[in-house]
Amino acid sequence: MSERKLRLLVAKPGLDGHDRGAKIVARAFRDAGFEVIYTGLRQTPEQIVTTALQEDVDAVSLSILSGAHNTLFPKVIDLLKEKGAAEVPVFGGGIIPEDDIPGLKAAGAKEIFTPGTSTEDIITWVRANIKPLA
Amino acid sequence: MSLAERILAGDVRAAARLMRFIDDGLDCATPELKALYPHTGKAFILGITGPPGAGKSTLTDKIIAAYRQRGKRVAVVAIDPTSPFSGGAILGDRIRMNRHATDEGVFIRSLGTRGHLGGLSRSTVDVVNVFDAMGWDLVIVETVGVGQDEVEIVRNAHTSLVVMVPGLGDDIQAIKAGILEIGDVFVVNKADRPDADRAVRDLATMIEMNHPDEGEWWPSVMRTVAQKGEGIEELVEKIEEHRRFLAESGQLKHFEENKSALRFEELLRDQLFRQVRKRISDSGNLARTIEAIARREQDPYSAVEEIVALHFQK
Ligand SMILES: Nc1nc2c(ncn2[C@@H]2O[C@H](COP(=O)(O)OP(=O)(O)O)[C@@H](O)[C@H]2O)c(=O)[nH]1
Repeated sequence: MSERKLRLLVAKPGLDGHDRGAKIVARAFRDAGFEVIYTGLRQTPEQIVTTALQEDVDAVSLSILSGAHNTLFPKVIDLLKEKGAAEVPVFGGGIIPEDDIPGLKAAGAKEIFTPGTSTEDIITWVRANIKPLA
Repeated sequence: MSLAERILAGDVRAAARLMRFIDDGLDCATPELKALYPHTGKAFILGITGPPGAGKSTLTDKIIAAYRQRGKRVAVVAIDPTSPFSGGAILGDRIRMNRHATDEGVFIRSLGTRGHLGGLSRSTVDVVNVFDAMGWDLVIVETVGVGQDEVEIVRNAHTSLVVMVPGLGDDIQAIKAGILEIGDVFVVNKADRPDADRAVRDLATMIEMNHPDEGEWWPSVMRTVAQKGEGIEELVEKIEEHRRFLAESGQLKHFEENKSALRFEELLRDQLFRQVRKRISDSGNLARTIEAIARREQDPYSAVEEIVALHFQK
């Protein structure tokens, strides 16, 4: 019986020690019927990308509170490209100032959610924009 | 190149994609699995099961490290429960194995239990076969609980570890029937806790009561403190001992035959069912028959006999 289910990697790169936001997102995704790979705190971009490939996820969701989003987003996106997986979308949120969003999107981030975004809005966006990879 | 060809050449993405097709139950996985099957049968498969929180993931992390040190390439299938309410899941076993995340000699794949028709054990066996064909030396299958699905899964492993913790007491009693049959090696993890001696004694007593026959493997009870890496070398030595036992006692052959029989029968049952069901549902016969049974105009025994007879007549 075929049943395609979205698989998402919820990753928490960077050195700050809070993953409350990432956990809230992970639970909301689970409750929306998605399969979430959750890898905990302080992931390096290399770890995130290897995990994304081994788990064959349909998208990578980054949660970044440390202020290092301007380096971490492009790093993950470039590594995916390097590994031949440019088609895996990267989106995310955290504490990211509005002013940084255009730059992140230019670097290839598919969507950036600001701190006020509800999990319902994120899920609606995921349903509309992320599809199981062929 | 087909997925199977890429997998045989060691392509991680191709393997990950095929596992996805398997898990989603897509028919396009079948030709690839056919092509891979002749290349399977080389990997050593280790099953790890036990109650939630017993330390299975932590232990898996340490076992990976021990085998890496022995120069073995290690694949892991980590199974976590799917939420029965949403159908979603948080697969978090990797958290305890993160230090291996960038080691090319380690490949970890998470699976949700989902609501698999045909059973979780089947997609697990197929995923293990992909790893096996790809040439991984050791495939660890880690799964929660000791339910029917888990029993099936560990039955497909060469060596099965059952992980317990001190203080479970009556819980052990409750599930002992199941676990005594499937465990080749029992592990009392969290042996740093009081009551560890008692848990070891209880388990040993139960194994004695189960009394393996002459020439059979006698399951041991090992202690570990997975968090601190204590007892891991001894545990791995015991696992290797069981592996040698399988080879030297001739049980390995028996195991492979058993597993093949199970697999064949399962697929046969599945295919026959699907074919017959499709035919009677397409013809409208299914709905009519069910109605007749509900109205007591026909009994279900004769209904099935008739349909089977109809299906197999030339
Ligand atoms: N005290 C103690 N805690 C442990 C030991 N092994 C694992 N743990 C802890 O037990 C909890 C559950 O471990 P985990 O590996 O996730 O269990 P699983 O659900 O069986 O996979 C974690 O907080 C571990 O750090 C141990 O040997 N001793």
